[in-house]
Amino acid sequence: MDAARPDVRLAVREALHALRSSEDDGRVLSTLEALQRLVGGAGSPARAGERQELATAPFAALLRDLAGKLSAGWPGPNARLEQLGRSFFLQGPAGQAFLALMECVESAAGPSSRLMKTVQLLATFLSQGRLAALMEEQCRQQAQPGPGLFQETLLVRVVGLPDQLANRLQRDTLDAFLPQNYFPLLGEQLVRALQTVVDSLRAGLDCAVGFASQVLGKVCVQGRQKEILGVLVPRLTALTQGSCLWQRVCWRLLEQVPNRALEATLTGLAEAVTGPEVLSRLLGNLVVRHRKAQFVMTQKLLFLQYRHSTRTLQSLLGYLAMDVQRRPLLVQALKELLETWGSSSAIRHAPLAQQRYVSKAILICLAHLGEPELRGSRDELLASMMAGVKCRLDSSLPPVRRLGMIVAEVLSSRLHPEGPPLRFQYDQDDLSREMLALAAPGPAGGSSPEPGPPLTAVAEETPTEMEDRAAETLDSSIPQGGPQGSDSELDSDDELVPYDMSGDQELQRGKAPQYIRDCLEALSTSEDVERWEAALRALEGLVCRSPEATREVSVELAKVLLHLQERTCVAGFEGLRQRGLVAVVVADPARVAEYLTSQFYALNYSLRQRMDILDVLTLAAQELSRPGRPGRTSQQGSPALAASQPGSTTAPDWRVLVEERIRSKTRRFSKGCPRRALASGPNEFNSVAGHFFFPLIQHFDRPLVTFDLLGDDQLVLGRLIHTLGALMYLAVNTTVAVSMGKALLEFVWALRFHVDPFVRQGLLSAVSSVLLSVPAERLLGDLPDELLEARSWLAEVAEKDMDEDCRLLAVKSLLLLERLRDKLLPPSSPVGP
Amino acid sequence: MAAPGHPPPLPPPPPDPQFVLRGSQAAVCALHFHGADEAQGHPLLFSGCQSGLVHIWSLRTRRPEATLDGHGGQCVTWLHTLPRGHQLLSQGRDLRLCLWSLAEGRNAVVDSVPLESVGFCRSSILAGEQPRWTLAVPGQGSDEVRILEMPSKTSVCTLKPEQGAKLGMPMCLRLQQADSSPRPLLLAGYEDGSVALWDVSERKVCSRIACHEEPVMGLDFDPQRARGVSGSAGKALAVWSVDGQQALQVCRTHPLTNPGIADLALRPDRRLLATAGWDHRVRVFHWRTMKPLAVLAFHSATVNCVAFASDGLLAAGSKDQRISVWSLYPRT
Repeated sequence: MDAARPDVRLAVREALHALRSSEDDGRVLSTLEALQRLVGGAGSPARAGERQELATAPFAALLRDLAGKLSAGWPGPNARLEQLGRSFFLQGPAGQAFLALMECVESAAGPSSRLMKTVQLLATFLSQGRLAALMEEQCRQQAQPGPGLFQETLLVRVVGLPDQLANRLQRDTLDAFLPQNYFPLLGEQLVRALQTVVDSLRAGLDCAVGFASQVLGKVCVQGRQKEILGVLVPRLTALTQGSCLWQRVCWRLLEQVPNRALEATLTGLAEAVTGPEVLSRLLGNLVVRHRKAQFVMTQKLLFLQYRHSTRTLQSLLGYLAMDVQRRPLLVQALKELLETWGSSSAIRHAPLAQQRYVSKAILICLAHLGEPELRGSRDELLASMMAGVKCRLDSSLPPVRRLGMIVAEVLSSRLHPEGPPLRFQYDQDDLSREMLALAAPGPAGGSSPEPGPPLTAVAEETPTEMEDRAAETLDSSIPQGGPQGSDSELDSDDELVPYDMSGDQELQRGKAPQYIRDCLEALSTSEDVERWEAALRALEGLVCRSPEATREVSVELAKVLLHLQERTCVAGFEGLRQRGLVAVVVADPARVAEYLTSQFYALNYSLRQRMDILDVLTLAAQELSRPGRPGRTSQQGSPALAASQPGSTTAPDWRVLVEERIRSKTRRFSKGCPRRALASGPNEFNSVAGHFFFPLIQHFDRPLVTFDLLGDDQLVLGRLIHTLGALMYLAVNTTVAVSMGKALLEFVWALRFHVDPFVRQGLLSAVSSVLLSVPAERLLGDLPDELLEARSWLAEVAEKDMDEDCRLLAVKSLLLLERLRDKLLPPSSPVGP
Repeated sequence: MAAPGHPPPLPPPPPDPQFVLRGSQAAVCALHFHGADEAQGHPLLFSGCQSGLVHIWSLRTRRPEATLDGHGGQCVTWLHTLPRGHQLLSQGRDLRLCLWSLAEGRNAVVDSVPLESVGFCRSSILAGEQPRWTLAVPGQGSDEVRILEMPSKTSVCTLKPEQGAKLGMPMCLRLQQADSSPRPLLLAGYEDGSVALWDVSERKVCSRIACHEEPVMGLDFDPQRARGVSGSAGKALAVWSVDGQQALQVCRTHPLTNPGIADLALRPDRRLLATAGWDHRVRVFHWRTMKPLAVLAFHSATVNCVAFASDGLLAAGSKDQRISVWSLYPRT
């Protein structure tokens, strides 16, 4: 062996010399051929000593020169020489060849034909699978302590190839070098290199996968997990099935990924695998042995990130659950997850998406954990759950409350399977169904139960189909039963025109009162439940029909309605009561609104009643400000007509008839669509808006014994602010709008750092309605300071608020502000000298 | 937005009764039209009321022509005339079924059958041109139906559901004879909401369907289409059919706005179905399609009975002591 080395060295020197100095193609050819023979050329494997010799500097220089010559186009059409030169790259030591080619590419100044030649050669290099050879070389070499610098350079070049080529070639880069093509190829080559490693391990040779791990890690760090793992994972999934050696190689591969790349690799892996058992096969017990991996999988992916899909989460937690050694980690993860889930600060400050993510993770953990494991830490889990449920049910955001209910139901049923089940009332929607499905313990095999939905769909359809079929057969059998002669008679039956059946209402028990005072009396004192119900149902119509009579007893009526309790199970009680109250407020806005707003801050009301007051005020304001509302003046002018309006259909009938007749008799020259004028009229809310608004905004900071808006009752505060915003919006075009806007902006300023997102949402929408309702000139004229302050606050919220809806609302308000500015400073007006 | 072109035609407003018969001075519980009176060309209307009187109304003068008092002040629940001779059957809650002779101006009870059930079940007859006819009346046991051959009053059989079938009392009866076979059939609605088809000669139930949740209050049958309809105290009508093997099948149910049907009748030309509702309203349906055609809201109390005349006139009798007469969709 030693005898061969001087030969090789000599041949390399000679070839280098010939290449650099000689003009004679023949000599170059002969020296190169001699070298190739020595090296072994095509096919025959070079001996170890020779290979080592080839790794030295002179050979690298030779390859560089050769690359230069090849790219320049060999002087003269010497095909033999060119082929020989290419064979050094395509069959010689792959690492050296690759580096030489890359250096040649890098040294080129810009796109040129020389560069293109090199690039073509590089493309051929890639397509012939030389990358696999390159990685094999490195894997073999690592058996001995290899040259670190060389490997490092190689690593950078292999992973950075698409970027470097794109830098050089700009837009002319080849398809093979685009990341979406290159990295899958690299994945393939990696599998081939690993195959060689496995083969040589079988043959009893030492090998190391360190270089492959480094390549994989670096690619993942660069964010190309999808491309490379999309190829690698399915292949490895298939290869590791049933082969322990492959599994060992795979574990080693992932274990040797450098620490800084581990997170990217494991994340990509968890996303790419089809299920927990695959992940378990590829990773082994990595999570137990490797501290960094443990941190990534049990902390980072669960608590610090929340973008991963449910399937990834299932793979991850399923992986933890699949081995006895890993299961303690799962229990630990569940404890920590629940702690996060139950922490009031997390509930207030974490985005909703993350809360959803953590909840899902909890449910998946529960599905995997068995009875004995849960019993071990039951008290701890229960304590976290209780704290969490309390905080969540206190929240004013419905999705947060919903999450609390779902998780608590599932968790309590698992912790206390023997006790009475905890049940909350919530509407089933897609999210809740998905979450409950997660909590159902799946089959141990873990194959996702995909065909679930179609099966049920079929089961649901079948009976109806059968019914249809039965009906069809019945229908077809019926004419056969009867004589055939009746067909013509049947046809003529279709001409029977139905009469108007709109009066076919449900029969009302009990006699509805005809006068508003009767109604009031029935509601307040009647013991007769039927009469009481009839009065409640008749109330709205009565109030609308006789506003005069209502005004005499309006406050009294509002008082009765506000304190009305549901005595029997009346369908739609809440709606009836609310509509009645709204009608009373509309009939006599000033006095009733005054009464209701004073009661809002009074003692001894339930939160429900206070929120009802807010709803009623909003609805009444909406009704009053609605354009085209049948005006009060017309009602006073012709009470008879007003009285006959509800229920009677005759008036519209004749009008339709008359209009129809006029249209048929009138000839029009223009055939446009007849346009109905939009109903318009003065905003009736104008005169009373202050009665609605100011009493509500005045007392919010004075806590009562039973009612503390700035304390526990922040839900009502949120509703109050939303109501104020709505009132502000409805007060558009009223004279009082400016002072309302001023008061509201001050109010918003006082509360702008409130912790409850629902309250902040209300504040933001209130700002929007100020911007919409107050005329632009008055805004800038009267409230410039408030506007500036609001603007800076909005900008901050839009950027930093943790609640997504808040950010959105802030952006909307900012846009409104922008529009306001555009309106006041038209771009056409020239500014400047 | 006024769309160009024709607006959809408004449905005609609900109709008014053609006329109203007042004067029975008690809740009207039974109605029956007697075909054209040959002499005057006007049909007669019989009405039975809560106070036990039977009024015979002339539809020409719209006045009662005669009043029959034969049930001792007890409610008259059913009236029917025989096709031969001027004879009227009246069933009362005094446990008597009276046969009146009305020929030549007579108003006398010529015969009577003692009844053994105090329920509200109406009887039914099957009479052709032969002198002999069949009568079905509720029987002695609470769940029995008695079949009699008239006018001899011989008991043919008693139809009693088999042991263990808890059908409850029969609530309405309808004797029927298929064209093809001479064997009489009986359709009976029971208290448990089921309708049963009896083969009278074999004394067995051919078929039974539970088509209501509540007691069946009335039923009628259309032999041409082999379909029938039943109404109950519940909130739906049921349409069912009888196939060649005498098996009942539910075709469909039709929901109602308010619960409670006291009686229902098909017009003799089989085009319309009318129901008497506890909600004071008479509902009219297209019999073939069960399309609702009209809701007649005239009465101010429960409507107890409806009847059609052979010329298509509809009469409804109510607890408010009035009989409304309607002319809807006249026959062409």
